[in-house]
Amino acid sequence: MKVILRQPRRELEVEGVAKVSELLKRLDVVAESVLVIRGDELLTPDLPLSDDDVIELRPVISGG
Amino acid sequence: MKCRVCRDRAVIQMRRHNANFCKPHFVEHVHRQVEKTIHEHRMFERDDRLLLGVSGGKDSLALWDVLTNLGYRVDGVYLHLGIGEYSSDSLVFSKEFAAKRGLALQVVDLPTAYGFSVPEAADAGGRVACSACGLSKRYILNKAADDGGYDVLVMGHNLDDEAATLFGNVTRWDLDYLGRQAPVLPASEDGLARKVKPLIRLAERETAAYCIVQGIDYEVEECPMAAGNTVNRYKEWLNRLEEESPGTKANFLFGFWERAAPVFQSAPPPQLAVCAECGQPTTGTTCAFCRLRNQTLVHIGKKTDHV
Repeated sequence: MKVILRQPRRELEVEGVAKVSELLKRLDVVAESVLVIRGDELLTPDLPLSDDDVIELRPVISGG
Repeated sequence: MKCRVCRDRAVIQMRRHNANFCKPHFVEHVHRQVEKTIHEHRMFERDDRLLLGVSGGKDSLALWDVLTNLGYRVDGVYLHLGIGEYSSDSLVFSKEFAAKRGLALQVVDLPTAYGFSVPEAADAGGRVACSACGLSKRYILNKAADDGGYDVLVMGHNLDDEAATLFGNVTRWDLDYLGRQAPVLPASEDGLARKVKPLIRLAERETAAYCIVQGIDYEVEECPMAAGNTVNRYKEWLNRLEEESPGTKANFLFGFWERAAPVFQSAPPPQLAVCAECGQPTTGTTCAFCRLRNQTLVHIGKKTDHV
């Protein structure tokens, strides 16, 4: 699947990940620090993913 | 995952509340949390005139949406900090949000109105940009509230902002800041506006989710000058603790306000005077903003007389 990262915007390919929680674990991303988005839908950690998906991991930490 | 209320598909998991919500019930939850905070801290009344500090980011736009949905009268003030494309893009998000909803947005352009940008101020003082930015924001938003005759200045600080600030203050044992960190900063007769933070019950992941659910476009990219700053690092660390032990951030912050903050509030508030240059309140003779401005204008060659 294609994974879109932000700050700055970039993309990477990830394969063989079955669900959202596995994707976060694979990329060592803290769930509390991101939203997982497919299209305009928010995804919860239990939802299945496929290799055809385009997933945005949107960071939520901002400001200072 | 199912919504706790209606068993429809959940769009967000909130482990510290041991709850998941679908879109409509998440929106309802956010509105309820903000309303509860406003009432609990007696932040403002229905007929007060409110001025919201708007940055074009998720927190201020989410808060503007929530407050107008709850029936409050809220105008916005946007401060253009002169941080290149980031400031221009943030202004577009702010203007589009206001225009779509017919809300009033005042724009203060720091370089035009005061002759310098935040990057120039940071460079001039050899300080981190966030310090020059915070100082400019506090000054200009307070002045906008004062000049506009608003009852309350509303800020979009969320649970993570406040928990990270508290963490920083504790690691330095900064007694002065610990005594002043509060959901409500009262108005003073010297010209400080009443300042309130209605988002303190919401984590920033929730304000971001609220924007997505409500179709609010906001500036997703981080300020280029803030990336990797100390407060953001604290937030990342606190989120790792939160992941291990949900509720840590809220317990840390609300436990402080309920049980520890009074210990640090013993000192009387400092006597304020009027700044000799701009007339705004200050503890000295010239306020910190005017000192920053003078230093920067000299540094960039727009002024020769260093005050």
